Formats: sequence, C-alpha cells, structure tokens
Amino acid sequence: MTMAFYEVVFIARPDISTQQCEALTAKLVDIATNKGAKIIKTEQWGLRTLAYRIKKHKKGYYVFLGLSGQGEVVAELERQFKINDDIIRHSAIRVDEMTKEPTIQMQYKTRIEQRGSRPMAGRVDEFDGTDVMQGAE
Amino acid sequence: MATRPTLNKTTAGAKRAPSRSRNSAAASEAMAAQEEAAAQAPAEGGDGKVMPKLYGRPYFQRKKSCPFSGPRAPQIDYKDTRLLARFISDYGKIIPSHISGVSAKKQRELARAIKRARQLALLGYTSRNV
Repeated sequence: MTMAFYEVVFIARPDISTQQCEALTAKLVDIATNKGAKIIKTEQWGLRTLAYRIKKHKKGYYVFLGLSGQGEVVAELERQFKINDDIIRHSAIRVDEMTKEPTIQMQYKTRIEQRGSRPMAGRVDEFDGTDVMQGAE
Repeated sequence: MATRPTLNKTTAGAKRAPSRSRNSAAASEAMAAQEEAAAQAPAEGGDGKVMPKLYGRPYFQRKKSCPFSGPRAPQIDYKDTRLLARFISDYGKIIPSHISGVSAKKQRELARAIKRARQLALLGYTSRNV
C-alpha cells in the first residue's frame, strides 16, 4: 500500500493544563502508531490566541503532527478528534513531502523565546520575522 | 491643410487617434494633438504603450513581479501566518492579484493557504475589531 505524508493540526481547549495537552498528544500519537503510521515530528505550538472564537474559547493549545501512513490512520485520528471533547478544531492535510525541520510556526516561537529578556519582548507578536532573525544570531 | 501631415504623424506615434477632435477645426486639432503628446510624454512606458488614466490624469504603474517566483521566493504555507498576513487586507479579505502582483498560479495556491489558515483560526475571516 502506498504511504503518504500528512500534516495534522488540532486545537485543544484552553482550560486543560499543558501536561494534559501533552498527554493527549501522546495518546493520539499512540493510536496513530498502532494503525501503522510513522510519526515524523510532533510540535507543541502552545497556548495561542485564536483569530476568532471557537466554541466560546478565545485561546487554544495548538498541536502539530507530521506523519506518514495510509489513509486509514487519518480516518482513525479524525474519528478520535470528533469523539474527544477537549479538541475544538482539527485538520489533516496531505502533503507531497516532509522534512524533520521544525515548521515555520515553531521557528517563530523559538525566536520569540530566544529574545525573551530583550526590551521589545512584550510586543514581539506585532513584529515581522526579519529583525527577530538578527536577534537570534 | 498644412497641419494634417504633422497631426497624422503624432497620432500614429500615440497609436490611438483622439476621437473627440475629429470634427473640430484643424488648428484646434493640432493643439489638442500637441497637448496630448505633451501629456503622454512623461506617462509613456518603455514600449510606447499608452498609460492608463484615472480621472483624466495618467498614473504610473510600476511593473510588478510576482513575490513568489524567483530563486529566493518564499514557500507558500498555510502555517506561515506572517507571510500570509501580508496578502490579506485590513478587513481580512484576500488581496486581489492585480494589486499584489502575485501570478495566477501562485494566487490560487495562496488563496488555498489563507483559507486553511482561517479554518485553524490562525487568520481571521473578518477584521479583528468586529
């Protein structure tokens, strides 16, 4: 059977703790591996502000999974997403290729963390990536 | 009829004959042609094309190149909110390609990425202060 790469993103409720979110991710990763998927990367984008309210929540934990597997893996994950009340939004997108490099959102996040103590730290979200780059080097 | 040949020369250069001066006197015709030539001189592009006019005034249009083509072009990715944010208006709408200069192929790709980002609440469907 052919394997394909999938990018799965889900948003968990903000009222759960970070540990619970990580446990939830571990559980889903387990389910995917049991179905024969190979997890290429998992990322915790953390608690982010949503662009609009979802189920009355203004924030949510974003989790990214990059995996390769058959369609039934995604079907099973989507079934789990629908059952689980902690998950407020999910998406699974097939992509042509995948690297082990962190995704762009993760890169933004680490850049912000690296310049954490700098005076502009509080306003980092408004900034373009360019000058953040220089701060990281 | 001495002005006729010169007039024809200028209008031939401008490609488009001024239709409004067809029925007027030869003298005013020549003047109109002169005026038109003067107005077009700064507005003319390199290939001699007549520039578009907005409210009667010619405006300059810099040649746009697609920001997603070329060797150092960024990859369109639905996760790259900072990149996508540059191609949506203040109201959250996707900026049309004739303004942003994105090629048709890349615009389709971009629109898909923006719509995916919207579904994941990375970008809004409308402006933030609604």
